[in-house]
Amino acid sequence: MKFTKLLATAAIALGLAGTAMAQDKTKVGFVYVGPVGDGGWTYEHNQGRLAVEEHFGDAVETVFVESVPEGPDAERVMTQMALDGASLIFTTSFGYMDPTINVAKKFPDVKFEHATGYKRADNVSTYSARFYEGRAIQGHIAGKMTESNIVGYIGSYPIPEVIRGINSAFIHARKANPDVQFKIVWAYTWFDPAKEADAAKVLIEQGADVILQHTDSTAPQAAAQSAGNVITFGQASDMSEYAPRPRVSSIIDNWAPYYIARTQAVIDGTWESTDTWDGIGPGMVGIGEITDAVPEDVKAEALALKDAIANGEYHPFTGPLNKQDGSAWLADGETADDGTLLGMNFYVEGIEGDIPQ
Amino acid sequence: MLTLEKRPQPSRLWTYLTPVVAVILTMLAGAVLFAFLGKDPVQSIRTIFWEPLFSEFAFYYRPQLLVKGAPLVLIAIGLSLGFRAGIWNIGAEGQYIIGAICGAGVGLAFYPMEAWFIFPLMVLAGALGGWAWAMIPALLKVRFGTNEILVSLMLVYVAEQLLASMSLGLLKNPEGFGFPGSRNLQQYPSAHNAELIAGSGMHWGVVSALVAVILAYILLNRHMLGFHIRLTGEAPRAARFAGVNPARLILFCLGTAGALAGLAGLFEVSGPSGQVSIDFNVGYGFTAIIVAFLGRLHPIGILLAGGLMALTYIGGEIAQSKLGLPAAAIQVFQGMLLFFLLAVDVTTNYRIRRVTREVA
Repeated sequence: MKFTKLLATAAIALGLAGTAMAQDKTKVGFVYVGPVGDGGWTYEHNQGRLAVEEHFGDAVETVFVESVPEGPDAERVMTQMALDGASLIFTTSFGYMDPTINVAKKFPDVKFEHATGYKRADNVSTYSARFYEGRAIQGHIAGKMTESNIVGYIGSYPIPEVIRGINSAFIHARKANPDVQFKIVWAYTWFDPAKEADAAKVLIEQGADVILQHTDSTAPQAAAQSAGNVITFGQASDMSEYAPRPRVSSIIDNWAPYYIARTQAVIDGTWESTDTWDGIGPGMVGIGEITDAVPEDVKAEALALKDAIANGEYHPFTGPLNKQDGSAWLADGETADDGTLLGMNFYVEGIEGDIPQ
Repeated sequence: MLTLEKRPQPSRLWTYLTPVVAVILTMLAGAVLFAFLGKDPVQSIRTIFWEPLFSEFAFYYRPQLLVKGAPLVLIAIGLSLGFRAGIWNIGAEGQYIIGAICGAGVGLAFYPMEAWFIFPLMVLAGALGGWAWAMIPALLKVRFGTNEILVSLMLVYVAEQLLASMSLGLLKNPEGFGFPGSRNLQQYPSAHNAELIAGSGMHWGVVSALVAVILAYILLNRHMLGFHIRLTGEAPRAARFAGVNPARLILFCLGTAGALAGLAGLFEVSGPSGQVSIDFNVGYGFTAIIVAFLGRLHPIGILLAGGLMALTYIGGEIAQSKLGLPAAAIQVFQGMLLFFLLAVDVTTNYRIRRVTREVA
């Protein structure tokens, strides 16, 4: 009781101080799960932070802590930022969900933005990107480009977001090439260059000549490069240092417009708790340049697919689609609803293997 | 020219002095490192060591020191017993994970029943889980003479896989929309290791760590078994003549370390962390090795070392967010602590002598 009181007093004191200071600076905090130099997920969040700094100049001050473990440590880092006067805090990993909710309860005047989670509160928004839209384009290119008909996929954790990506890539790879097979390896990490490189090597040894990754480092790109005849896609970040081969395209997370808009909302006092899930259309998901390693016609098809998704003509999960066990999921022309997509825990028909339990 | 001369006996003075010297050297080297990174060195060191204790928000950070330090002390106490006797359990991280899984598993099995006996049962299960996991390297060593360093370390990775499997399968929250991770025990009162006094940071894990320090002190100074442990470490031959049973000692040391690590895991999963999740373990089991040595394998020393280590974690986070120091610099800083300790340790066993070279 005493503690909550103290915190509340501190928060109020800071709130007052914050309003006094608001004329000059709004403090925005970022909590990262990896190092800012991971070249992938955290790197792009940090690019978003830098964009906020650039956009607002002296009006905003940003702070960040990197490589924060998910759990009590995250809770402490968030509390520390709130105590230090941050009025908006972005927590950029799924595992920060409960810590974010806990800290948000103690600081009702501080706004929180949690990436990729599903728990919201009056001062907690959630946001994520429809990466599966980008996966559809990757799947199409992968299906067209593979000669061995084996596509390797490095999964991080078997959570809905990752399974959604596998399904989306698979559906479109099969459409482009009915003989294609997916081999999936679970790395159980978001960022571990050694493990990711091992996973890539195993897949290449098993005959994969296309590697898709849902992990954040560039290690699989390097592994593909040294193997020679293998193509890859940048994940979370462009990874263009591996273009034009092995990296033939990429999915880029572009958080900058969202971060700038939300910071503006806090400054204007118009911030409200929302749930944002944007894709290629609004620009939260970007498709990195498709290199010349991809034949012209395939590139044109991929770009047409991108445009169709962007303007809403086409949904990557459009029936007829069956689940892995053969049971019907979507009827002809029917599209998946967001609820099912958010909790996706099944493979679509044609993928071999089980989701690890 | 300088040479090292072995002391007939380890220096008592230096035994106590080396940790202090190591901390000071770490501060100095850290200051140089931070200066090279373009940060004010004095302010950086001050932020790490001073802010958590005496800044205006110390009311929040001080209890956090207990939360962060307790698992380190609890695990390090267990490890120190074995280390003293030359039994090297490097796998406390794994025992910590298994303790958490077993303890949380028992709690979740009773969900949503509310009863007073659930938490004590969880504590028991946590300790047993850690103990059983440590018994694997112990029994293999006693029976087949395997190397406990390798076996216990490798079992950490097995435990991590098991943890992932539990978070995705058996212990997954059925109301979690398919996301990995168990129910949050913080929201299950009978299983929640809550703060004993709100805002104090004191939970049962902190109490257990303090009790463990006292018991270890008594064991080592007043008990025959403690004497055997010390004797085996200091004079293995004498220990054999004194009739010390090495197998029993191995089982006891590894078992105790495992049980304490398991307890630490249980208190963490049911309290500050709340959830069995894939990334539940954050390296307490490995950091505790540094804490054990920094504390000279002495219970009181470990208590102080645990506090110091917790301080660098919390201060390090503050320095990251306030001064923009990279996380890697903080980790280097923490690593230097062990590095300097081992380096300065030479003076405990050796004397530095100036030798004048004689002309032939």
